[in-house]
Amino acid sequence: MGFLTKFNKEPKPELKRLPSGTFTIDAGCRVVSSTVPSWVPDGQVRDIGQQVLAIFEGARHANLQFSELVVQYAAFKITARAMRGGAIIFLSPRAMQSIIAP
Amino acid sequence: MAQQRILLLDDDEQMLDLYQELLKQLPSKPEVHVSSSGARAIALLESEPFTLLITDLRMPKMDGLQVLAIVRRKFPHLRIVVLTGVLDEEYRSRAYAQGVELFWQKPGTSEEVKLFQDCIESLLDREIHNEGGFRGMQSKSLVDLIQLECLSRSSSVLHVTQGALNGKIWVQNGEITDAITGQFTGEEAFKEILSWKSGNFEILPADPQHARTITNSYQGLLLDSAQALDEWRGQQSDAGKSGETVAPGAAPSSLSALTRFEGVEFVLTIPPDEKTPGESWALENTRQITAWARATQRRLVKLGEELEAGALAQVSGFGLQRHWALAHDTQKGLLCVGFRRSLPADKVEQTMKHVFTKWVS
Repeated sequence: MGFLTKFNKEPKPELKRLPSGTFTIDAGCRVVSSTVPSWVPDGQVRDIGQQVLAIFEGARHANLQFSELVVQYAAFKITARAMRGGAIIFLSPRAMQSIIAP
Repeated sequence: MAQQRILLLDDDEQMLDLYQELLKQLPSKPEVHVSSSGARAIALLESEPFTLLITDLRMPKMDGLQVLAIVRRKFPHLRIVVLTGVLDEEYRSRAYAQGVELFWQKPGTSEEVKLFQDCIESLLDREIHNEGGFRGMQSKSLVDLIQLECLSRSSSVLHVTQGALNGKIWVQNGEITDAITGQFTGEEAFKEILSWKSGNFEILPADPQHARTITNSYQGLLLDSAQALDEWRGQQSDAGKSGETVAPGAAPSSLSALTRFEGVEFVLTIPPDEKTPGESWALENTRQITAWARATQRRLVKLGEELEAGALAQVSGFGLQRHWALAHDTQKGLLCVGFRRSLPADKVEQTMKHVFTKWVS
């Protein structure tokens, strides 16, 4: 069964991790404070912030007022609360339990 | 019987050769094709029909999770198995969230190789005998499975899923003791789960400590459920024949079923084609909300793809005046539903899943 040694070998490129943590952004989309790990690119954090602010802004124009936004992907959840033009944003990769639990 | 076709994706040519040989030895003698890159695998899937995709996760350029996201979107019915050396729970969760059938650690012993071959053969076998209905641990309908569990006086918990909906049915010594799905519990939940036309199920270990809420016999429950389903189908058919006139101020017939859920304040459907008008009920600024919902959907899908976060399942908002939720179906488009502000957040999420399932079915 020497061929089985082939099953466990070679270093491979790392898979992309999902960001986790909390950050706040101001109305100009500048990150004010953050607990997001340093390996998450700043651009990615800003991008999430920009999209969230744009959604809040668009909703105001459509006269759909709300203060909390919850975005659920299959494996990731974004929760954002509007704060004086800015927002506080929580990023949480979803654990297996929460995916299968009814 | 048509030959089963497997597509094997791994960036390591030696591994491809090895697994190709292992899979060709299966009793069903599948046709095994290989690809060493995600892009080529997707091109192959687009050009020829396959039964099963087996993919590695760690690959250069396009990794396995990116491949999964694209494949799941383009080929929603393709069965997928992940075969990887990555043992991180986060990736396992993300792969399952993308709807893979199995997540396999690359086998390290001859016993594990045999087990892997058996599992793949079982999956192919299920595919041959699959005639729609429920996909799960065994190729049976949900009613068949419940009858089997009850006749054999088994104890188990059936975990049933249909799209975003989840349900559980507790069986103890051949008696159905409880059921739960979303806001329903007991007999109501049981009937609701049985009304799902398709989905997946798995058998979980028994939970003898679980409180009993159902006392009706399983035969009685199955009969009641079948009758309720027949009556509902009859009503649907009568409504279709009569053309169902809509009272002034009432919801258009296609939306009326959606407005009956607890707490629903408005409903807006937005077709994928921007030129086709949507339908709405109890909503004033339809045009602005339609434009905003489309833009929001586009933004969040793009963001999800960049993050490799899996499919966008649901978006919801909570405000002082009212709450709302948004969900997307590739064929029907977007569904935006407003809810009373008194409805708790978890109820909004659950009710939206029910409304959405009703809408797409």
